[in-house]
Amino acid sequence: MVNKDTARTKGTQPDAALPALGFTGTLRWAWKQLTSMRIALFLLLLLAVAAVPGSLFPQRSANPAVVTTYLQDHPDSGPILDWFQLFDVYSSVWFSSIYLLLFISLIGCVTPRAIAHARAVRAKPPATPRRLSRMPVYGTLEIPAARASGAAITPASAVADAAALLKKRGYRVDVRDADGDRPSVAAERGFSKELGNLVFHSSLIGVLVSVAVGGLFGYNGQKVIVEGDTFVNTLVGYDAFTPGTNFSDDQLEPYSIRLDAFDVQFDRAQESHYGQPLDFTASLTTQDGPDAEPKKQTLKVNAPVDIGGTSVYLVGNGYAPVITVRDGEGNIAVQGPVVTIPSDGLYTSLAVIKAPDARPEQLGFVGFFLPTAFVDEKGVSFSRDPDPFNPQLNLNSYAGDLGLDGGEPKNVYVLDTDNLTELNSRNSDNGGIVLGLGETYDLPEGKGSITFDGLKRYIAVDIHHDPAQVGALVFSVLALAGLSASLFIGRRRAWVRTGEHPDGRVLVEYGLLARGEDPRLPAEGAAVEKLLTSHWLAHPDKAGENQLQPAGAPAAGTGAGTDGDNGKDNE
Amino acid sequence: MKSVNTELGATSELFMLLASIAYVVALIFFVLDLVKSSRTIGAVEARLAAGQVPAQAKVLAGARGGASAAAPAGPATADTSMDYSAGPRRSSARIAVALTVVATVIHGAAVLTRGIAAGRVPWGNMYEFCTTGALVVSLIFLITLTRKDLRFVGSFVIGLVVIMLCAATVGFATPVANLIPALQSYWLIVHVSIAVASSALFTLTFAMSVLQLIQSSREARIAAGGPDKAGFMRLVPPALSLENLSYRLNAIAFVGWTFTLIAGAIWAEAAWGRYWGWDTKEVWTFVIWTVYAGYLHARATKGWTGTRAAWLSIVGYLCIVFNFTIVNIYFSGLHSYSGV
Repeated sequence: MVNKDTARTKGTQPDAALPALGFTGTLRWAWKQLTSMRIALFLLLLLAVAAVPGSLFPQRSANPAVVTTYLQDHPDSGPILDWFQLFDVYSSVWFSSIYLLLFISLIGCVTPRAIAHARAVRAKPPATPRRLSRMPVYGTLEIPAARASGAAITPASAVADAAALLKKRGYRVDVRDADGDRPSVAAERGFSKELGNLVFHSSLIGVLVSVAVGGLFGYNGQKVIVEGDTFVNTLVGYDAFTPGTNFSDDQLEPYSIRLDAFDVQFDRAQESHYGQPLDFTASLTTQDGPDAEPKKQTLKVNAPVDIGGTSVYLVGNGYAPVITVRDGEGNIAVQGPVVTIPSDGLYTSLAVIKAPDARPEQLGFVGFFLPTAFVDEKGVSFSRDPDPFNPQLNLNSYAGDLGLDGGEPKNVYVLDTDNLTELNSRNSDNGGIVLGLGETYDLPEGKGSITFDGLKRYIAVDIHHDPAQVGALVFSVLALAGLSASLFIGRRRAWVRTGEHPDGRVLVEYGLLARGEDPRLPAEGAAVEKLLTSHWLAHPDKAGENQLQPAGAPAAGTGAGTDGDNGKDNE
Repeated sequence: MKSVNTELGATSELFMLLASIAYVVALIFFVLDLVKSSRTIGAVEARLAAGQVPAQAKVLAGARGGASAAAPAGPATADTSMDYSAGPRRSSARIAVALTVVATVIHGAAVLTRGIAAGRVPWGNMYEFCTTGALVVSLIFLITLTRKDLRFVGSFVIGLVVIMLCAATVGFATPVANLIPALQSYWLIVHVSIAVASSALFTLTFAMSVLQLIQSSREARIAAGGPDKAGFMRLVPPALSLENLSYRLNAIAFVGWTFTLIAGAIWAEAAWGRYWGWDTKEVWTFVIWTVYAGYLHARATKGWTGTRAAWLSIVGYLCIVFNFTIVNIYFSGLHSYSGV
């Protein structure tokens, strides 16, 4: 919490409780705190905790209707939770402030590291420590006098050889004291470890920016399309539409989509998964604009259709029974397909029909559509198959005021029966309406009639436009690559020093040091030793007389960094 | 329409049962090894205390061939390098490992036949995710065993494998079936397989972190002159080397989890039209990612290494278990494919 408060003082006034620090002093202190690893870790864990409530409470971003229902069901606690933005967790002030602080902390941490790294990349490898034997991996070799003189190996040439070999192995090398008695080469590799680290953290910022840009310039909408119907990409064409902050109407390209047919396939071979869907395929005819050529396209789950800068996704489907409602005066009040909402895997679907134009009284119907209707022993109808083998409408009917005339928006899938009189229902004397395909039912009291004319399927599509999606992908992949580099590449330093013994032997010693933890350092040491050994022992005919004596046992257990030279490696 | 092979599915379930039985027997031998070995060492030390054994024997018995643990100050632990050493033969441990190999082979056959029976990858519902995940845990454990002597963690890991198999067959049992349209994507192969592998690695590090906590409190107690209450922990390396190894494994698993997250987002975009929507499963995958990111940072933060980092690793794993069980079964969301 400390850092939050201090961060806030940045824009306003210096904290009165800390006069000694002064304004800039406080700022500097706050900045130092915010960019410290401890606070970054704290914010990271806080972010994890803060994300959890979003999975416990319904979220408006996912489904606003569920939140409305929750608020109705919990009139006491609901508003309090709402005040704490627990139904909008991921856009809430507290969640946003945590991740924004975290990203500020991240920038404050990455920037100086990037500068330091840029300097390190240009710098020469660090000076050879006086006592290489103190390195965590250390070894010696000796080139016998006969071999040294025969192959003209001197300490200086040996160092040059070592430098070439290390360079080949990916080290950046720098030869020191080339003309002295004890020449040496300093080498360093693994700069991409830190680079990867920086790329990873910067890419996270890139992902965040992409998400923000998508929110500004993107849009998405939902539409239900019944077989044979056409959707035109205009604002009025949508059932629901969520524009980005900077959205304008002219972003919508006037393409059109007609649903020619919707084919479904259900699993009937298996007892245990009877009726499980196997395939949904929508056959579409699309036009990029009013004058464009019509094209045949196929829309499936997991295979969206791209058109006019948007992607169209198949997210739902169901039945739309075609009905005709006639009013008490014999006029057609409603005619056409009615979209029903499936409530289970066998497509037992909720149906609501409203006839606001019916005279003398408005008519309303609510009930179920069953694709394959059966009646159980208790007389309750249920669906036995998701395909329409015996389609049936089971409805209750109402007459009166539907409440649509006041201009208030109403959910088309909910019938408000407050101001309606029940005409018939399953519980009333005249029973509910049971309609098979092609059948007509005359309402009691001459209020009108309803006919089940036919059956169509519909699809529900989501239409999305997110211009920053590619950016988010690119930055995510960069983050992954950077992360792998930073975790799996070892940053290592190696030194090789040579000298000549008075008896003519050339003595070689080497030491390796890792920056940070590196369990593979001993293996690297062995590899370096093998390189050197095989290079100086290149002629097998002389192998017998020229015994190299690798004393390669690494000095295990020696603490790194006891030398003043490499103290900074252990910061 | 593809039809599934229910007969082969039944064979797979039989294999799964046989594998479970073999794992249980292996588990018994792993526990026996802990009990027997700590008793042997205890007996040697008792004789030492009585002055019957020369001083060199102390090194051999107490340290099981490791040099570091022979340091007079610290409590007896296994060698830091976790290499197979010339310590006394642990016949129970050998039997346990052999049984684990047998169990894993049968288990592999079970998973394979399940996949063939369904005509697809065997991770389309919770039962399959759990059984395949347990197989990967066991495989990774065996692969690590070829390089490091991690037999000390065997009873823990195989115990978890048995729990996973029990949970799958008792709690999530689902007959072999085709995939629903939402799961018919090659991203199922990519996204879920890496999720399984990462979860398996996290399972291993969870076991090691728990042992690390036990070992470090034992080390602290003995350093303070207290009694050694957890004698079986002599077989376990010092807390620090446990921490280092689990850090390396967690780093690999974290990269895998990051990949899972990204691949999941790409798939979500293809299936639902948005790459990220804070669906309950996405929330928990994010929480797990953040906790393990915290773990990796903790290792570089003063005062957070050691015990606190181990706790973060444990909390992360508990989140994984929560994500897999509670979130799949009780939370509604787009990822409700449990088949339970």
